[in-house]
Amino acid sequence: MQDLCTMVHLCYCLFLVLSPLIELKDSQIIFCTDVVSAMLIRATGQNLRLAYLRSLESLDLVKQIEVSEFLFSGDIAALIYLCNPFTIVACVGLSTSPIENMAVILCLYGACSRLIPLAAFGWVIATHLSLYPAILIIPVIFLLGCGPDSPPRKLFLQRHQQKEVLNQSKLPPRFSWGPVIHFAFWAFLWSVYVLVLCGISLKQFGGLWEMFKSTYGFILTVEDLSPNIGVLWYFFAEVFEFFRNFFLIVFHVNILFMILPLAIRLRHRPCYLAFVYVAICSMLKSYPSVGDSALYLGLLGWFVNELADMQFSLFLFCGYVGVSLLSPVMHNLWIWRGTGNANFYFATAMVYACLQIVLVVEGVSAMLNHDRKLRNLITGKPQDAKS
Amino acid sequence: MVLLQRPHILLLLIDTHQFLQCWIAFGSANEEGQQQEEFSEELLVKPLPDHKLLAHFHFQSSAPPSTSNGCHHHLFPKAISQLVQKFRVKEMELSFTQGRWNYESWGGFDPISSSNAKPPGVELWAVFDVPQHHIDASWKNLTHTLSGLFCASINFLESTATYSTPEWSFPPASGNVRYGTFPCEAVCTENLTPWLRLLPCRDKAGIALLLDRPSLYRGFYHSQRLHLTSTESSSEGIDSGIILEQTLTVVLQPNSERAIEVHASEKHVQPSWSLSSIFGKQVSGRCVLAKSSSVYLLLDRGLVAELKFPNKENGKSAANGLTSENFWSNPSFELSVNPDRIFLEESSSHSKSLSILYMFQVEKYSESEPFDIGLMWKVPVAWLCQQTPLHASRFLMGSGNERGAIAISLKSTQFTEGFMSANSKDGSCELRVDVFQVVPWYVKVYFHSLRVFVDQQPRAVSDFIEKIHVSPSKDKMSPGVMEVVLKLPCRVNTAALTIEFDKGFLRIDEYPPDANQGFDIPSAIISFPNFHASMVFLEDDSLNRSPLLSKFQDKCPVMSYTEVLLVPLTTPDFSMPYNVSTIKCTVFALYFGSLLNVLQRRVAEEERFLKAKAAKKTGRLPLLLSKLSAKLRGSGINQD
Repeated sequence: MQDLCTMVHLCYCLFLVLSPLIELKDSQIIFCTDVVSAMLIRATGQNLRLAYLRSLESLDLVKQIEVSEFLFSGDIAALIYLCNPFTIVACVGLSTSPIENMAVILCLYGACSRLIPLAAFGWVIATHLSLYPAILIIPVIFLLGCGPDSPPRKLFLQRHQQKEVLNQSKLPPRFSWGPVIHFAFWAFLWSVYVLVLCGISLKQFGGLWEMFKSTYGFILTVEDLSPNIGVLWYFFAEVFEFFRNFFLIVFHVNILFMILPLAIRLRHRPCYLAFVYVAICSMLKSYPSVGDSALYLGLLGWFVNELADMQFSLFLFCGYVGVSLLSPVMHNLWIWRGTGNANFYFATAMVYACLQIVLVVEGVSAMLNHDRKLRNLITGKPQDAKS
Repeated sequence: MVLLQRPHILLLLIDTHQFLQCWIAFGSANEEGQQQEEFSEELLVKPLPDHKLLAHFHFQSSAPPSTSNGCHHHLFPKAISQLVQKFRVKEMELSFTQGRWNYESWGGFDPISSSNAKPPGVELWAVFDVPQHHIDASWKNLTHTLSGLFCASINFLESTATYSTPEWSFPPASGNVRYGTFPCEAVCTENLTPWLRLLPCRDKAGIALLLDRPSLYRGFYHSQRLHLTSTESSSEGIDSGIILEQTLTVVLQPNSERAIEVHASEKHVQPSWSLSSIFGKQVSGRCVLAKSSSVYLLLDRGLVAELKFPNKENGKSAANGLTSENFWSNPSFELSVNPDRIFLEESSSHSKSLSILYMFQVEKYSESEPFDIGLMWKVPVAWLCQQTPLHASRFLMGSGNERGAIAISLKSTQFTEGFMSANSKDGSCELRVDVFQVVPWYVKVYFHSLRVFVDQQPRAVSDFIEKIHVSPSKDKMSPGVMEVVLKLPCRVNTAALTIEFDKGFLRIDEYPPDANQGFDIPSAIISFPNFHASMVFLEDDSLNRSPLLSKFQDKCPVMSYTEVLLVPLTTPDFSMPYNVSTIKCTVFALYFGSLLNVLQRRVAEEERFLKAKAAKKTGRLPLLLSKLSAKLRGSGINQD
């Protein structure tokens, strides 16, 4: 960890030398948030790995899967998060997305290690900062209700039916409402607290309603059409005024539509569900930035063991590299030199969106395949299996 | 009274000259004691140092308060009085301008340049006498009415994103004022014709006869203005009715043939001109409805100082002896018509020499003997106009389409040095400069980045800015407004304000048809409240004072407008709306479809289903075939 910190710090110092205008104070805060986020990611990753090993043990699959080859996913995730050029760029650019990312990670960390007030705090702050993490309440509820990621509960039952001994202690716990209610209480408390604080500080600026209008309203109505790595800005710059409201609804509902199917299929893996939600949000949100990508790419590191068989990973890697190199060039050509066209930059944004789609789809598919693999290992005959 | 007037209104509609004259005589005899509607027409001509000529037409109509006169008007345009009554306009000014007033060579310290030099395009401000929450509605209605009245796109000023509410820096300081400019309006004859229609004689008689369109629009600067003052609805008690002031200021190049010849040989010889050579027309008598009709020739202070009138020392005595030959036949120039009166300026504090005004009465002339004043220069003469204390200019900094900066630079003119040295007795002399700047919302100004440079050194903002008022822009809602009071030391050479901005990105339908031309940032108004541009002329009879000269006496602060800036904004590809929509929706469909497909797919079941399907197919098809062949065979057998 220490080495990592110094390395990123060096990179950051390099940028600092290159651009002396950056205020040291501010960027130190953002740098510290990144480091704290990485530590939380590491802790959560270790937690997840332990839970995974435990569930494999209870399924008696330890020998078949060769646990000794298991990577330390927490360390890998933290490494990915800190070394990711996107994180470094967001940190150096003094973007606030590291702070939003930390709130999300805090929420997941709290839920994984059953620190319910912390989870509620993270969720409330993340929602307050960027609205989209509100949908993380579903994975958090699953996390608190049934514990961290594990193979589907049916597999355990099947396993024990095969053995014909029902050992309750080895089964994953059933969904328990206690922690969820606890979480709801804390979330309510924190949100009231945040709203009261906001209300007090915004008293002379029009109060809370004005705040909602100019923060969440601004996010939902896509008023700012400055180019970013997303695709909505160009769409709403070009679309006819007449259809604007319709498409605003369509694009935002697109995020909501996918919540339920994903929650049903991935309910036994709440952390992975959270990763998918974060990835979808960062793909479809109104004003995405590289900081958002840094978050889900970091979270992806938690599942290196499960996603070992993912397809197109080389293609995705090359795509990400290509887009992150081409996109600034196109932006420069269009905005600064005037030799390019908006379409050039939009094309890279489009490719980036497609890459993210492929990543999410392939990731979900790989995770479902992993579960199938486990089931096949248990039953031994793939034909009879039913999920 | 009203009953008596009705037939006269009918007569007016018939519009025959003689009847009108009779009626005026009758009316004036009848209403001796009462206030009447009045109209006066005046023209001021002034040679400019750079071989050009300034012509300033001033038409003033006034209507008595409606309480004493009802809604009937004889001379006053009904459209304007209705507008005043409906929207309760206290004061209003509308100007259409083409070209830029050249402050350096045409001067900036006289009443004409302070109040008649206007920014390019349309400028409109109005003060309303309505409650605060009704003002915006009144403004909207007013813009639409004026837009219809003057065939101009003033109605674009109705949206809140285009007009602003100056707090205190704009001269008619009041909370009820609204200010809007539309710099890209092209001003042409279609705006002039409705403006002329407000005059009782239109351009058919009187001085307005000179307004020949081709020669007007050939000029370097052209500004038509409409100023309205109404005490109709004010609660102050003094009720003087509505005063409508219509001015047209043009800067023209006199190009008589002789001038060209002389020009070639001698550089400094001013071109000689006459009204007929400039406008191509002559004044054939006054407008019969006008109370006074006169033409003035103004020689400004610098020119008078240069001409060295023989009896300059005892100028006042000469002014009393009005026909003093020395004033109009000078060794350096010659007037073609003898002036009726000569006015000499009262001594002003700002300048040593005094300007001279020649007055010509148009009443004396008729169709047979048209009025045509000409001025012929005999010797070369060069002079400078009196300048504003600081010469203001504005420019853009930075490159690229993402960000930039606006800089307003103030450069001291020679005038300031002289004045300041005379004025700064106690040593601590300060020059107050008010800056009023409106920026449209798509130029996102960062007010924290305001920096002040004095004598090319960056200085702390708080040292020189005495007062600042800022209202940040809201996207598509309101423009950014900055009002600054600068206190500069008198000995300052240059001062500059810079402020940074980010360029916004607009929707495709918010771009004008020529989007790549760029967007205009309206002129900043630089005013010097401690300096007053006024010219007071010695007059014998204050009763018969001309509106133009009384206007000159008003103490209005010296004002100048900066250039309009053209900011290029990034444009999207205008041919892409369908492509972008379809591509974007395809990507969304790809996402939605493939993710749902992955989620609902169950590998094992699929395989089983496929196998079952295959089994069924292989089972049924041969069966059917065999059945069919059996039937065919059977039938064949039967036939056989």
